[in-house]
Amino acid sequence: MTRSLTFRAAIVSILLFAAFVLVWHLATRGSGATVAMDPEYAKLMGATATTGKSAMPGPLDVGATVWGHLKDPFYDRGTNDKGLGIQLGWSILRVTIGYLLAVLVAIPIGFLIGMSPLMSKALDPFIQVLKPISPLAWMPLALYTIKDSGLSAVFVIFICSLWPMLVNTAFGVASVRKEWINVARTLEVGTLRRIFTVLLPAAAPTILTGMRISIGIAWLVIVAAEMLVGGTGIGYFVWNEWNNLSITNVITAILVIGVVGMILDQLLARATRAVTFPE
Amino acid sequence: MTDKFISIEGISKRFPAAGGGTTTVFEDLWLGMERGTFTCVIGHSGCGKTTVLNVLAGLDRPSDGAVIVDNQSIEGPSLDRAVIFQSHALLPWLTVMGNVAYAVASKWRRWSRAQVEEHAQRFIALVGLSGAERKRPAELSGGMKQRVGIARALSIEPKILLMDEPFSALDALTRGTLQDEVRRICQETGQTVFMITHDVDEAIYLADRIVLMTNGPQAVLAEIVDNPLPADRARDDVHKHPLYYAVRNHVVDFLVTRSKSYTDADKAALDRRNPPIVRPGAPEPAIVSGESASPSWPGLSRPSTSHAG
Ligand SMILES: Nc1ncnc2c1ncn2[C@@H]1O[C@H](COP(=O)(O)OP(=O)(O)OP(=O)(O)O)[C@@H](O)[C@H]1O
Ligand SMILES: [Mg+2]
Repeated sequence: MTRSLTFRAAIVSILLFAAFVLVWHLATRGSGATVAMDPEYAKLMGATATTGKSAMPGPLDVGATVWGHLKDPFYDRGTNDKGLGIQLGWSILRVTIGYLLAVLVAIPIGFLIGMSPLMSKALDPFIQVLKPISPLAWMPLALYTIKDSGLSAVFVIFICSLWPMLVNTAFGVASVRKEWINVARTLEVGTLRRIFTVLLPAAAPTILTGMRISIGIAWLVIVAAEMLVGGTGIGYFVWNEWNNLSITNVITAILVIGVVGMILDQLLARATRAVTFPE
Repeated sequence: MTDKFISIEGISKRFPAAGGGTTTVFEDLWLGMERGTFTCVIGHSGCGKTTVLNVLAGLDRPSDGAVIVDNQSIEGPSLDRAVIFQSHALLPWLTVMGNVAYAVASKWRRWSRAQVEEHAQRFIALVGLSGAERKRPAELSGGMKQRVGIARALSIEPKILLMDEPFSALDALTRGTLQDEVRRICQETGQTVFMITHDVDEAIYLADRIVLMTNGPQAVLAEIVDNPLPADRARDDVHKHPLYYAVRNHVVDFLVTRSKSYTDADKAALDRRNPPIVRPGAPEPAIVSGESASPSWPGLSRPSTSHAG
């Protein structure tokens, strides 16, 4: 029954996609009015004005571009012409570094907050104020203090990944079942061993849920951050291609961003499942 | 006063009440337990049994009074006192072996992994779970989970075993088997046991002494029933013993009527340090034996049905 449901869902997905591509194709086939003009002028005006080609690329154009990028993702022809793979690599690198730094900070502090009602109350006002700040608002401050655009992007990723992990870790640790803690207490298990043998495994699903939210936000923010700092990265690529008026490349980048985001999310979802045990 | 192995000395427990003030769960509770004895506590839901057990375990502190174990006052949880929790409390991310080994490794911290597993294996076998070592709690039945909890508690070879309704979630058959196992193990190892139960038959089968608590709030320890049944009783014929129904009726009678009707005057009259010790069936409390011992012993209880067929 579930198998057939999955199967039917897949069919519907494919049909929807095909319908979307078809409409897209028809809408961009090009039916704009053409005006007779001087050939010199026509060259300046481009295909849209002369042959009635749509200004929006069609699915075939995008398909060809995607294929072109897939065939050669890592070429490097100067500052403004690098392969999509290289740009993606930079973005993923920045996200990974900022995210891992956030893990290193958020999880220990989350444990502290979750285990100590005093620290929980004491740190609460700071978290409440800092959490709602848009990560990009930190950018000028980061650029001013760090003086390196790449590292500033990493810092912005760090800041935006921090809060969901911190809040979820604190919540997960604070709501570990009392009985499990009592088991450790009756066995005279010390604090450090209790953290690793009871609190961590018990809170792991909640912590990983926070990490999953964080990676999603980090991947959203990196595009905007790289548009601001420029130089390399998929965000910069999008902005650069927009300046080149290469809408095909922009659409390609949008697709790729979506796919990478999905992969990152699924990795964390898998990790969450791996540490979740039914009672 | 401290000639007993465990001595509960005037403990009380108060919780802050909803509208300010406090509610007293129980007050000025005294109870002594000798080494190697099996004590069962019976009382209605909410009278404070779990609270007493938590104090004994060191998981909770009394508002007043103290508990002395082996001439030392309880300051916190200890490996000498193992707890079998009402809801088994297994760690779901560990296997059966992992759960028991966790306890063993906590007690003997220098042991090698092989030593720990061998010791744990012995107790897993003891509760009849050999072959299920690699299973996680979610893959076990309720009875098997409870047995893992028992194996975990016994594996640290405690001096005192504290059990909070360990069998209440089980079917009658499994419960019987586990009662037998626990009784055998306790007799073999000379455990001192404190157990909470709602099951009168279970208490009579297992306990040397049955402690009766009145309804809360302000519950008191009304009396201690000294079990007159022989120590070598067996589960399949314990109910045929001439004194079985004397004890049973005494306890049921307490639960049904006397636990509620215990007035403040009765409480005031009670010598809390030395609650009355009753031995049903013995010459003294004649009310009980006179009423019920004769019709229910043995096989005379339902003469009409046996003649009809
Ligand atoms: N943390 C707490 N705060 C306030 N009241 C509490 C708390 N813990 C227990 N109580 C109260 O203490 C009383 C005794 O609780 P306890 O759990 O010891 O009952 P019990 O005899 O074990 O009942 P049961 O047979 O249902 O397990 C109850 O009336 C309960 O409402
Ligand atoms: Mg209870």
